[in-house]
Amino acid sequence: MTRPTAPGGAGPGPAGAPGIERPADRTAMRPAVAAAVSTRRGVELALLGFAAVITTGALVLVEANQEQELTWTLLYLGAAYMAILAAAHVAVRKFAPYADPLVLPLAALLNGLGLVMIHRVDLARIARAASLGNDEPTQEALRQVGWTAIGIVFFVGMLVLVPDHRTLARYGYTAGFVGLVLLALPAVLPASLSEVNGARIWIRLGPASIQPGEFAKILFVVFFASFLVVKRDLFTSAGKRFLGMTFPRPRDLGPLLVAWGVAMAVLVFESDLGTSLMFFGIVLVMLYVATERISWVIIGLVIFGAGAFAAWTFVSRVQTRVSVWLDPFADFNGRGFQVSQGLFGLATGGVGGTGLGAGRPELVPFASTDFIFTSLGEEIGLVGIAALLLIYCLLATRAMRSALAVRDTFGKLLAAGLGFAIAWQVFVVVGGVINLIPNTGITAPFVSYGGSSLVANYALVALVLRVSNAARQPASEKRPSPAAGPSAPLAPLAEASTEMVQRDQVRTPPSGVHHQEPAGPAAPTGRAPRGRTRGE
Amino acid sequence: MNTPLRRVSLAVMVLVLLLLGQATWIQVVKADEYRADPRNARVLLDEYARQRGQISAGGEVLAQSVESPDPGDRLRFLRQYTDGPLYAPVTGYYSQIYGAGGMERAMDPVLNGTDDRLFVRRISDAVTGRDPAGGNVVLSIDPRIQRAAYEAMTSRNYQGSVVAIRPQTGEILAMVSTPSYDPNPLASHSGTTQQNAWNELTEDDPPTLSNRAINETYPPGSTFKIVNTAAALEAGMITPQTPVTAAPRITLPDSTTQLENYDGKPCGPGGTVPFATAFAKSCNGPFAQLAVQVGADRLRGMATSLGFNNPALTVPMPVQPSQVGDLDDGASVAQSGIGQRDVRLTPLQNAQIAATVANGGVPMTPNTVSQIQGQDLSTVDTTEPDRLARAFSQSTADTLTQLMIGSENNGSGEGKIPGVQIASKTGTAEWGADPKTNPPHTWYDAFGPVPNPQIAVSVIVERGGNRGEEATGGSVAAPIGRAVIAAALGGDG
Repeated sequence: MTRPTAPGGAGPGPAGAPGIERPADRTAMRPAVAAAVSTRRGVELALLGFAAVITTGALVLVEANQEQELTWTLLYLGAAYMAILAAAHVAVRKFAPYADPLVLPLAALLNGLGLVMIHRVDLARIARAASLGNDEPTQEALRQVGWTAIGIVFFVGMLVLVPDHRTLARYGYTAGFVGLVLLALPAVLPASLSEVNGARIWIRLGPASIQPGEFAKILFVVFFASFLVVKRDLFTSAGKRFLGMTFPRPRDLGPLLVAWGVAMAVLVFESDLGTSLMFFGIVLVMLYVATERISWVIIGLVIFGAGAFAAWTFVSRVQTRVSVWLDPFADFNGRGFQVSQGLFGLATGGVGGTGLGAGRPELVPFASTDFIFTSLGEEIGLVGIAALLLIYCLLATRAMRSALAVRDTFGKLLAAGLGFAIAWQVFVVVGGVINLIPNTGITAPFVSYGGSSLVANYALVALVLRVSNAARQPASEKRPSPAAGPSAPLAPLAEASTEMVQRDQVRTPPSGVHHQEPAGPAAPTGRAPRGRTRGE
Repeated sequence: MNTPLRRVSLAVMVLVLLLLGQATWIQVVKADEYRADPRNARVLLDEYARQRGQISAGGEVLAQSVESPDPGDRLRFLRQYTDGPLYAPVTGYYSQIYGAGGMERAMDPVLNGTDDRLFVRRISDAVTGRDPAGGNVVLSIDPRIQRAAYEAMTSRNYQGSVVAIRPQTGEILAMVSTPSYDPNPLASHSGTTQQNAWNELTEDDPPTLSNRAINETYPPGSTFKIVNTAAALEAGMITPQTPVTAAPRITLPDSTTQLENYDGKPCGPGGTVPFATAFAKSCNGPFAQLAVQVGADRLRGMATSLGFNNPALTVPMPVQPSQVGDLDDGASVAQSGIGQRDVRLTPLQNAQIAATVANGGVPMTPNTVSQIQGQDLSTVDTTEPDRLARAFSQSTADTLTQLMIGSENNGSGEGKIPGVQIASKTGTAEWGADPKTNPPHTWYDAFGPVPNPQIAVSVIVERGGNRGEEATGGSVAAPIGRAVIAAALGGDG
């Protein structure tokens, strides 16, 4: 799979050198400079500090514009946010010292700005309740800080429990199954437990609600990464060439059709365009990354388009979303109200925004969750949301960068899938609220108010950090387990299976003689042919 | 596998670019349209969230914004008018649905706080953390005079207008239009209340929403003889002693149309009378002939220098331009000379003519705003008197004053103020398609006291007030004008 970067004959791949990894790509240079590789944790700390400064500044602006006194609550809120960041940083230092130093600060900054906006909407809700003589509503910002803490617990837990991302490959099918259950659960649960605002994507347990789709997203990425590593040959087997692309044989379309079926089921039974779009988009991109064949993407888009068209024909909720998308103002006081109000908010903000705390984001329903981007767009303007989108872009491309740098296929697919998941989710939700695509009702990662989303995305970031740690870790430090082969059989085994499959698929010609390969368990033999393959 | 990874990274950037493109479309290209959309409540809420400045006159608050008494009100401040109908022609209204009128509209940038003159205040408000609020507008209106004029009109159930000006400064001291309306229901935060009020007001007959003083033009009738005379005096064509025709009717030049005096009687016993007598008795024949003698150009020039035909005039509400109309042939010049034909002017313009005579021939720019204040009532800007180009000489003004005193003393004298010499000119203007059966509009242009006039006033009572066809400026409008002058001079009116 690293074929494109493989220098011809550079992989002598001595079969009997289990302790020395000699990947053919640029990372092969690493052992030589191992001692010089900096962990760059200092950079991370400085950037986290920077994120905290921006967040604090934004918070002060909100308070000033809303003519609020700086209360103790706010101080605790800020202190808690910083303490949580510090904890995350310490965990990264300890458990993933070579991780990408940008990823955590980017997530923290998004989270911080989200907190500020949620707090700002809180103030508007409190003022409204006060003027109506109602009880003061719960402060979502305080809850969100709680969710941030839980998110960081998941984050640290993920770093601790997954010391090597490759171990996850073994749980691929488990992840896929659990993901499917989570995705399906709201559809089979009674509507009273799953339906919120028309979309059945929730599991409501007493006071807490979980959006299982957020967790399913990660589980599916893990599943697909491991599935594609093992079954890649299934997708790269020969097919007809047409229009300069190699199309797969119809009988190999099975897995894609299954994914399509799941996406359609989500669309029809849960009335959730967002999750459906999310899920299928991630599948297609991972498939493309694994196979390097654009034909899969085209086939996928065509069948998804057909399915979406059918859904538009038959599912009234989808019809509604589309008609609102085409003309949000047509039914201003009805179904188009939310999107129209969002557009008004954005337009009122204009290029520079009204200033934090000086707009009226509360006029848009769900100003702190699905529509938090219009709230931000109103108060920090085009300039502000451009900055936010660039932060997302950076976050996603840092994950891609890790995917490029990491040596194993599973890691590449995992990081690419997670990185794309962030970008794709941002596209679907932000595109929805600014009326670029039909509005779907999912949350903006890290920014929107919502526990499931926040916790799931911190877990996601932990996985990205885990992969990037593996990518940057000097080889000398990285391979204690293989060196100690017999004493720690687990890790090599996990690796071996991965590597073996790589070789398997690279070598396998279309006429592939698969039965030759089962000699898998022996890792060293798995590596030897790989070098040779590369030389070809 | 790295090539697709790079492509996917590129795709991610394309996705972000698409989002940025759409955001730009909405926040830049469509921004103004969406911002101004009437369904976008943000602008409105902002407007009502800031305390709008007050409008005051002579220490009385005419319009102010107070915290809405309804706690569930989305809009924080409620606009309230004290003595609504009395001041409505000046203050105008401030409605969420129907926009603003009058001073509320003309001085909106000051009242809502966005005027550049308030810039420094805004900064200091921001620094000191004071609630942002609009600036205040102080009017030159004198509540005593305004009330006297309004009550004089409404107590007689007159429909019309009164405008009073301080001749030396151009300050408008009173601006009354009757019947008037109450702007309070229009400022209500209840849409239904606003709609009902608006529907009623727009269907009112006689109309109430229009400010007659500046929005309506009327034929001036004999009051226009002041302009005609001023032009003749400036041209040296006449003196008060010049003998003019006393015939009860004359034939208009270039036509067979007969023009007769108001009552069809001769102007005096002989064939001629001195011009002063003709002015005092307001005989039509001599003025028709004089207008022809003065000529269309001089007549129009005098009217223009007195403020006619000025579409740019604002006080600061925009003022309907007064027009002399077509002066193509002798007949039209002759008829225009007595303020008929196509001559149309606003009550403000007529007051301006009287004020110019009172001010020795120099018209002053009329204005209703005397001061702009910050929210703390500190003065931000003061309107300085603005002299316009002299319309006629001091001696012409003196002669006109004497002629107008003659006219005043010739009248019936109802409501005369003992010990106060007023100079005036009455007018009884025919109007409409059937002028002989329509009750005429009656006018009274006056200033006083002479010497040292402190107030110039113009009164119009539409449709002859309650006197029907027998109405004259002297009998209907003059008592109102004298009451206004009396109020200005401290009498009890």
